[in-house]
Amino acid sequence: MNELFSLAVITGILTSAIRLATPYLFAAVGEAFAQSSGVVNLGVDGIMLVGAFVAFYVTLQTGNLWLAVLAAALVGLLMGLLMSLISVTLKAEQGISGIGLYMFGLGLSSLLFKLLVGTVQTIDGFKVIKIPLLGDIPMIGEIFFQHSLPVYAAFLLVPVAWWFLEKTTWGLKIKAVGQNPAAADSLGVSVDKVRYFSVCLGSVLAGLAGASLSTALVNLFQENLTAGLGFIAVALVYFGGWKPAGILVGALLFSTVNAFQLWMQVLGVNISSDVAVMLPYLLTIAALVFATNRVRQPAALNKPFERGEN
Amino acid sequence: MKKHNVWMAICALLVAALVLTACGQAATPAPAAKVVRVAVVMPSSTTDMAFSQSMYSALVAVQKEMGGEAAMEIKYSENMFKVPDAAAAIRDYASQGFDIVVAHGSQYGASVEEIAKDFPGTTFAWGTDVNTFGLPNVYAYTAAAQEGGYVNGVLAAKLTTSKQIGVTGPVEVGDAKTYIDGFVQGVASVDPSITVNKTWTGSFSDVALMTEAAKTHIAAGADVLTGSSQSVVGSIGAAKENGKVLWFGTQSEQTTLAPELVVASQVYDWTAMIKEIIASRAAGTLGGKTYTLQLSNDGLKIVFNAGYNLPADVKAAADAAIEGIKGGKITVNP
Amino acid sequence: MPPESHPRSQKSWLDDWKDLAFRAALPFLAMLAALLIGAIVLAFLKVNPLTAYAAIVTGVFGSMSGFTQSLVKATPLLLVGLGICIAFRASMINIGAEGQIILGALGATAWSLAFRNWPGWILLPTTLIASFIAGAAWGFVPGFLKARFRVNEILSTVMMNAIALQLMNLLIRGPLIDQAGVTAGTYLAQSEKLPESVWLTRLIPQTLLHTGAILAVILAVVVYIFLWRTTIGFRIRAVGLNPDASRYAGVNVPAYQALSLTLAGGFAGLAGAVEVMGVHHRLLEGITSGYGFSGIVAALFGGLHPLGLIPASWLFGSLLVGADKMQRAVQVPSALIDTLLGLVVLFVVGSAYISQRWAARRAIAVSKAGKEAEA
Repeated sequence: MNELFSLAVITGILTSAIRLATPYLFAAVGEAFAQSSGVVNLGVDGIMLVGAFVAFYVTLQTGNLWLAVLAAALVGLLMGLLMSLISVTLKAEQGISGIGLYMFGLGLSSLLFKLLVGTVQTIDGFKVIKIPLLGDIPMIGEIFFQHSLPVYAAFLLVPVAWWFLEKTTWGLKIKAVGQNPAAADSLGVSVDKVRYFSVCLGSVLAGLAGASLSTALVNLFQENLTAGLGFIAVALVYFGGWKPAGILVGALLFSTVNAFQLWMQVLGVNISSDVAVMLPYLLTIAALVFATNRVRQPAALNKPFERGEN
Repeated sequence: MKKHNVWMAICALLVAALVLTACGQAATPAPAAKVVRVAVVMPSSTTDMAFSQSMYSALVAVQKEMGGEAAMEIKYSENMFKVPDAAAAIRDYASQGFDIVVAHGSQYGASVEEIAKDFPGTTFAWGTDVNTFGLPNVYAYTAAAQEGGYVNGVLAAKLTTSKQIGVTGPVEVGDAKTYIDGFVQGVASVDPSITVNKTWTGSFSDVALMTEAAKTHIAAGADVLTGSSQSVVGSIGAAKENGKVLWFGTQSEQTTLAPELVVASQVYDWTAMIKEIIASRAAGTLGGKTYTLQLSNDGLKIVFNAGYNLPADVKAAADAAIEGIKGGKITVNP
Repeated sequence: MPPESHPRSQKSWLDDWKDLAFRAALPFLAMLAALLIGAIVLAFLKVNPLTAYAAIVTGVFGSMSGFTQSLVKATPLLLVGLGICIAFRASMINIGAEGQIILGALGATAWSLAFRNWPGWILLPTTLIASFIAGAAWGFVPGFLKARFRVNEILSTVMMNAIALQLMNLLIRGPLIDQAGVTAGTYLAQSEKLPESVWLTRLIPQTLLHTGAILAVILAVVVYIFLWRTTIGFRIRAVGLNPDASRYAGVNVPAYQALSLTLAGGFAGLAGAVEVMGVHHRLLEGITSGYGFSGIVAALFGGLHPLGLIPASWLFGSLLVGADKMQRAVQVPSALIDTLLGLVVLFVVGSAYISQRWAARRAIAVSKAGKEAEA
């Protein structure tokens, strides 16, 4: 039991947690863009799956990881356009179109995998890059500065996303459209254009989240690789109160609980895996309750905008 | 009203397209008269590198041996992890007149019991379990996964230098449990001081969590890993990324996933069983028997990776374990 | 009370009928469009799309087994759809039917096993009630969170699904596990068989068609009467149509939203009950068969109207049965079916707007014509 609190174990848990947080960060920050503009995209998991497959396939064929990332971003964009078309232009019920997009992505990625690859194969993904000097600091170096490129990118995304949402005109437009589309519209902001942009940006990041999974974390593709990870990412957006920093906290909390649970098992501490798997969801619901009281959600969230209404 | 017309046009186009694609296809030739018709219903994909693939590959191998599609027809339903859908598929194949319906999942038992009564002329084979429900048209099959687990355990114990071995499992049920129990016993038979740590992810399909479980084992000092279920491809990926950690496979041959690191795989070979079921049916016996894949009946095979340079004395120890189990000198508890 | 200011009241019955026909046709057109894309994919797979789609039709109508299967699938879809419909009328999106089905199935299993010695005439109805309450409780939580804390119900219901799934795994491998599996050493994740007194009677021998199908149709009529002929039903619809007006009229909007989700959960719970009591006679993994999601689509097909749901759920049940049959007949990867269903959902939900726009334009045209006639 004392082993659990040794430095090596703590280092191990935190290193795992940082690594595991990567796909959640990409997907949840992306979803935050979409939701800030008022569109709930429940199809993140489906986009991630297609992104993960495409990145895997391109790596398998060309060995070029950058091309793989680019391809994943591109299919993310295409899926985002589809989601925008249904949810923004056709003003469909977002919860339902998201489920449709998820089913479509799940089916498509499995179908392509069956047709183009057929059997599970591993690829050479992104290698761990030890950052000079910083990576040599005991404990800290191992936890924070010995990861692969997508992991660093995911954490860099957090401040960049904050800056974009809070400090740029585009970010302000996104939030205005999410809070009061009618007012934004009367000021000459094209609500549909901004929502298309936000949903597509979010979907590109979801595609990258999938790519980070298949080319950096597990280095392979299998049907339903994400196993519902995208849905957690959507919940993390609420958890984080639509703020990148809040999402970071939520993602780290979630991944730390998972890493902690695995280490406990390795060290022979017996806990029920069912309870362990349930815990994060219970935490999220609790967090939803507090989050909604603490911060204001985009007022027009989940509401299609039609000129002349309201 | 304009919109209405647009839809009509789309509709017409659609019909036209359907007809056109239909014309472009040639008629399929009628199947020859005496074809053995086999259908299989599986919980995961035919390409899962594990349980489902082991059965599908065996069927295809038997088909090839018997003379291709002219002699044996195979139909499959994959990803039938929802039992209700699987039950519908099993019933459907039976009512379509398939000779043999393989229900490849222990969760299908209740459905097989019910459906087999309605189709007394159809042979049903299901596993992994030992229960034929007392029905004359049901075969049950199972794999003594603990035997190969034991052999893998002996190999692992000889190869570990850190004296720490990691096991990544899904849920502690079925052959995931028996394989790992046998593995632990095999390790202990060589050196009881070696620690075997086990993790259960609670899911048969969560590859990402399985990968992280393997990485956790590695970080905790394990230099040999094994595990069961279709999600272990993640563990193998983790071993490959590390580059030094060895892997032992089960269910299907997993060498291709990490050719330098997979030492050996226990392979389920159902071909002999399938051939026997087909032959018995031709002779008039529709079921009523239980098959157990064992090392002694060649249903289980330890496939060594030719690309891994296994020391001669370790190979000898494994061979001794295999012979010991075959000859009954070593008993492995399920 | 807000006045019934529905534009439809100003139209003649003929317009009404045309409107209805167009709205009913749209989901079919959307489905056809999805199938057309499917045909292209099938052609790529070197499968004749016509053979494949013919397999859907013959699969359902070509045999008694196929036909009854479509009704067996339609039953839970109808029940789930009724719940979705009630919630949607109050502007609540219930993504949580999966979890509510699980709770209903758990409730039915636990209750009937606990009181297995009771006579059937009392055990069977109480088992159904137990499943309704269990499902309703699972719907009440997000309903309460929405009413009290304004927690978005889409997300909380998604979370509740995940929790329900793990709860079932925990119970089905623990307290509810079939002891026969434990003694045999297989540790199968399924419950003991339910007492025969709660099995729903099979209507046709050698098929799975059971009395739950009749129950579902009766309930559809009951829900229609409830929504359109009772005060509570009227308020639920008023809250959905215009929450602000309802609030000014003194309706407790959050309470009715919570109520609608609770009822939705109850109906999904019944769907879980008919699955264990009518089809499997025990609780096992994968009990929902995805009905919680496909029930949403069925509800959309039915125009979110309880009576429209009766044919719609049968149609969608047929589609599911036919798609499975197609997979078996032409041996395409099962993932193709998921892809197609996803497209069907996207197209159907997308087409809803077109139908609304069409209805709105007609309403304007009609009212214009009316004004001109007055002048």
